[in-house]
Amino acid sequence: MKINKILLSILSFFILIIVSVSFAAEHFVPITSYRTGPYGVSGAPAANGFVDYLKMINARDGGVGGIKLSWEECETAYKPDRFVECYERLKNKGEAGATVFQPLGTGLTYAVIDRIADDKIPLITMGYGRTDASDGRVFPWVFPLMVNYWSLSTAKIKYIASLEGGLDKLKGLKIANVYHDSAYGKETGPVLMKQAEMYGFEVQGFPVAHPGLDQKATWLNVRRYKPDYVILRGWGVMNQTSLKEAARARIPASKIIGVTWSCSELDTIPAGKAAIGYTCASMINPGINYRVFQDIIQYVHDAGNGTGPIEEMKHQQLYRVGVLMGIVTVEAITKATEKFGNKPMSGEEVRWGIENMNMDDARLEKMGIKDFIPNFSVTCADHEGSAPVKFQRWNGKSFEPASEWVATDQDIVRPLIEASAAGYAKDKNITLSCN
Amino acid sequence: MIYRESGQFKTSYKADQAILPIFQDKIAMVLLMIFAFIGIPLIANDYWLGSILIPFLALSLAALGLNVLTGYAGQISLGTAAFMAVGAFAAFNLQVRVPEIPFLIAFLWGGLCAAGVGILFGLPSLRIKGFYLAVATLAAQFFIEWLFTHFGWFTNYSTSGVITAPPMHFLGIAIDNPLSKYFVVLTIVVACAFFVRNLARSEIGRAWMAVRDMDIAAEAIGINLMKTKLLAFGVSSFLCGLAGALWAYVVLGTVEPQAFDIARSFEILFMIVIGGLGSVSGAFLGAGFMILLPILLNNIGSLITGAAISTETIAHVEYMIFGAFIIFFLIVEPNGLARLWQIGKEKLRLWPFPY
Repeated sequence: MKINKILLSILSFFILIIVSVSFAAEHFVPITSYRTGPYGVSGAPAANGFVDYLKMINARDGGVGGIKLSWEECETAYKPDRFVECYERLKNKGEAGATVFQPLGTGLTYAVIDRIADDKIPLITMGYGRTDASDGRVFPWVFPLMVNYWSLSTAKIKYIASLEGGLDKLKGLKIANVYHDSAYGKETGPVLMKQAEMYGFEVQGFPVAHPGLDQKATWLNVRRYKPDYVILRGWGVMNQTSLKEAARARIPASKIIGVTWSCSELDTIPAGKAAIGYTCASMINPGINYRVFQDIIQYVHDAGNGTGPIEEMKHQQLYRVGVLMGIVTVEAITKATEKFGNKPMSGEEVRWGIENMNMDDARLEKMGIKDFIPNFSVTCADHEGSAPVKFQRWNGKSFEPASEWVATDQDIVRPLIEASAAGYAKDKNITLSCN
Repeated sequence: MIYRESGQFKTSYKADQAILPIFQDKIAMVLLMIFAFIGIPLIANDYWLGSILIPFLALSLAALGLNVLTGYAGQISLGTAAFMAVGAFAAFNLQVRVPEIPFLIAFLWGGLCAAGVGILFGLPSLRIKGFYLAVATLAAQFFIEWLFTHFGWFTNYSTSGVITAPPMHFLGIAIDNPLSKYFVVLTIVVACAFFVRNLARSEIGRAWMAVRDMDIAAEAIGINLMKTKLLAFGVSSFLCGLAGALWAYVVLGTVEPQAFDIARSFEILFMIVIGGLGSVSGAFLGAGFMILLPILLNNIGSLITGAAISTETIAHVEYMIFGAFIIFFLIVEPNGLARLWQIGKEKLRLWPFPY
C-alpha cells in the first residue's frame, strides 16, 4: 500500500512535468541566476531585479507587442558546468525558443560562446564577458553591451587623470591592479599595459585567489609597492575583504577605484568605515528616482508580487543592475517585434533587435530611464555601443555620483579588440562579415 | 527467482574467475551495453545527451580514477581535479603545438602526462599515510591550479587564461553534436571501466588491496610497496587526466583552470564515498548521485516557481534536500550505494527466502 502511494506520487509528478511543458504564445526569457554558492549574495538581488522588471512589463504593458513575457529561472551556482546544463535545458523552451541569455559571469560566458552560434541564440554580457566579442563581425551572437572590460579600464584611467588634473599628469604614477585571479580578473591586463606605455605610468598586478577571503599577504605587497592609486577588480566576497585589508595597510579608500562588479553595497557595508570615500565605476546612476522604479513599486511590489524584499531596490546596486538586464532584454524584444511583427520572438529575431538597439534620449525617456543609463547604440561591427561610465562614491550610507558620465577611449580599445578577435577568427576559421 | 544460480556449474578456474561469474550478470551487462550504445541514442534528446549524460560519464571516469587510488589501493588523494587539469591542458597543448595530431592521441597524451604528474605527487605516499597523504596531495591541487593560472604558455597566452578545445574529427567525421560526443565519451568510459575491473582482479589489483588492508603485511608477503603505490597513482591519474581532457573537450569546450578547483576534487571524493569505495559500479552510482540529483531537484524546484515560495528559498531548499539525501544514504549504508546494490543482489539470489 505504501509503495503504491509512492509510485502514485512519482507518476503524478511526471504528469505534472508533461503538463507544464505545454505553453501559450509568449516571449520566453531564460533566466540563469545564482542564488546559492559563494557569489549567491550578489546573484540574488540581480535576479530579483531582472524578474521584477519583467513582471512590471507584463503588468503595465501586457508584455511586448501584446504578447506576454514568460520566463524560467535556473540555478547555476556560478559554475560553468551547471550553467551549460541550464542553457541546454532552457534553450528550446517557449514557443519560439529562448530569446536571449544573460549569464552574469565571465567564466559562464566563455562556456557557451561556441554553442550559441550553432543554436542561433544571442548572448548579452553587459559589463562583463569576453571583451573581444565586441567585434560583431567575428562574434555575431555575443553582445558585451554598454561597456566591456577594456573600455571600462580606459574610463578608469581617465577618471584618475581627472583627479590628478589631466592626462599628462599620469606620467610617473604607480597604479596597483588588485584582481580576482580568474578569467574575469585577468581580462584587463593587456589594456592596462598598453595604457601604461601610452601615458607613462607604472602598473603592477596583484592577483587574489578565489574566493578572496585571505588577502593579508596581497595587501602587504601592495603597501610595499606604494601605489598612488589602486584598481580593485574583485567580485563577491573578495571586495569587502580588500577594502578592509586596504584600510589595515593604510591605503585610503579614496585612492581605490573599483570596477563595475566591485560596486555594490554588499561590498561597502560589510567593510564599514574602511569603505567611506571608495569610488567605483558603474554602468548606471545611483539612486531610484527614475520612473521605472516607481512603476516596479506600483505594478509589482504594491500588488504583492515582488520577487525579493522591496528594500533591495533602494539598497542594492545589483538589484538595479538586474533591472538593467531586464531593460535591455525587453528593449531587444521590442525592437525585434517592430520588425518581425507581434508574435513570440525567436533568438535569431531578438539578435536583430539587439544589433539595432538605439538608446537615444527619446527612447530612454519613454522607458522611464532617462539618466539612469547613458545613451548608446549598437551596430553590426560594434556590439558594445561604447556607453560612458558613471563613477560612484560611497559616503558611508549610500552611493552618490562622483563624476559626470565619463566616455571610454575607443581609440585605444578598438584596435586591441579587432586584433584579438581576428586571432580568434583565424583559430576558428571565421570569415569577418556584417550582414 | 530471477537470480537463481542453480544449474550454473563452474568446471574450470577460468570460469570461476570470470569478470562476471553469474550468467544473469552477463546478460544484464550485455543489455546495459545495448541500452547505452543503442537505446539511449534512440530515445535521448540533445539536452539529455549533452547536459546530463556526457558530464555524468566524464565525472564517472574521474571517480573511477580516484577509486583506483583510494578504493583499491587505500591512498587518500585530494588532488583529483588537479590531475584532471593536467590531462586537459596537456591534451590542449599538444594539439595547439602539433595541429595534425588526432584528438584521441591528444587524450592519451593528456592521460600520460597526468600519470607522470600523479606519480610525482605520489612519491610522498611511500613515507606518509592517511590524512597526512591527503594534505600532500592537496599541494598538488593548489600547485597545479597556480601553475596553469600564472604561466601563459600553458594556455597558449590567452589573455583571460581560458583554453578552447580545437574541433574534433574522427576518421573524417566531425565530432560536433551531442550524439557523436556521447559515443566518444561512452566508448572511452566503458573501455576504462573494463580495464579497471580487469586490473582489480589481476595480480596488480590484489597487490593494491593487500597494501590497502595492511601495508606492513603486504610488504612481508613480498609485495613491492613502492612499485604498487606508484602504479596506483599512475593508473589513477591517467584515468583522471583522461576525464579532464573529456571535461575540457567534450563537456564544456572552453575551460579555465578554475574549472578544476578544490571543490571539484572534493566533489569526486564524495562521489566515491557515496558510491562505494573499491568498486567500479560505485564510481558510476556516486557520479550519478552527485550530478543527477541536484539537476533533478533543480528541475522540480523550477516547477514550483511562481507559487507562494520565493525562488531563493527553493534554491536553498534544494541544497538542504541534497544534503539530507547524502546523510540518509550514509546512515543506511556507510559503505556506499554499490554495497547497497550488492546486498540487494545477495538477497535476490536467495529469494524468496533471504536472510
